Amino acid sequence: MNPSMVMYEEEFERITQLLNRLRIDASAKIVFLVDKNGQQIAGAGEIDQVDTTSLASLTAGNVAATDGLAKLIGEKEFSILFHEGRKDNIHISIVGQRLILVVIFDERSSLGLVRLRVRKTSSDIERVLTDIELKAQEVGAEDAESPFAEITDEDIDALFSE
Amino acid sequence: MSFINYAAREINVKIVFYGPGLGGKTTNLQYIYEKSNPQQKGKLISLATETDRTLFFDFLPLDLGSVRGFKTRFHLYTVPGQVFYDASRKLILKGVDGVVFVSDSQEARMDANIESLRNLEDNLAENGFDLKAIPYVLQFNKRDLPTAVPVDQMYRALNFKGEPTFEAIAVQGMGVFETLKAVAKQVLYELRRR
Repeated sequence: MNPSMVMYEEEFERITQLLNRLRIDASAKIVFLVDKNGQQIAGAGEIDQVDTTSLASLTAGNVAATDGLAKLIGEKEFSILFHEGRKDNIHISIVGQRLILVVIFDERSSLGLVRLRVRKTSSDIERVLTDIELKAQEVGAEDAESPFAEITDEDIDALFSE
Repeated sequence: MSFINYAAREINVKIVFYGPGLGGKTTNLQYIYEKSNPQQKGKLISLATETDRTLFFDFLPLDLGSVRGFKTRFHLYTVPGQVFYDASRKLILKGVDGVVFVSDSQEARMDANIESLRNLEDNLAENGFDLKAIPYVLQFNKRDLPTAVPVDQMYRALNFKGEPTFEAIAVQGMGVFETLKAVAKQVLYELRRR
């Protein structure tokens, strides 16, 4: 009913590589992947320059609100959002229905280039997502080894001991 | 929907503070923000109107520490309480792992509490969740006000599954961390069960 999304090392590496490639190809400052619930997944570029946690939750809020707007006027979704600033711009797009790809770029790049490169990267990320889902099904079929399956009441209490 | 990242060895969960307008949801978050260690917390974001009413949500990321080598990151959200912001409320419940219902103890707000609780149940259902099954904690806020309804009366009106219930005075911090701790525990137990 409420499945966790699980990311393994291998797919995380693949996604990070894809984001790094996109950042270079699109001449972007920051490339960032968030899930629709506001949790950050991976990033590339000058991510230490921004508050990535806030970026993730606000992006998800933005996409959720825009989704709501789309439904109100009878659209399925607006798959791309673009915010143009004086120096920096943000390009936001939906990937595989559950993830959000954020590209922050300045005058060294252009909207056209970013759109072009994002399209390619999106389909690559979707492929990784499919792999993750397949893996989750396999693992789920054997036995779901959640890191939390073994925790005890004491472990949980210890978190709140202060 | 929690997100387990094996690469970063962290788990992210989403907790939503729900309840009627002006009930103290944002105040709960502000108190948690003030009292948490700087290394534990991120920035508190408030998308509010000019008069400080929550317009879309407040957001506070909080690291509670590690369990079995996994960092536990709690993302705390509030919803706008005012009735006409229902579309926004629905959006924020997406992917929720646990809910805190912040009720207002004042006599005059009892109807608003009940209406908001029903609204929570409906909006959860629309997102595919069942209020009866989801990790859930109830808070009676504003216990210090002279018009506060007796606790047992509030309990009868609002508690419906024996969920953990806490009296609070959020502006002073009373009951705030107890509430958070209770919902966080339930979420972790739920993760273990799955």
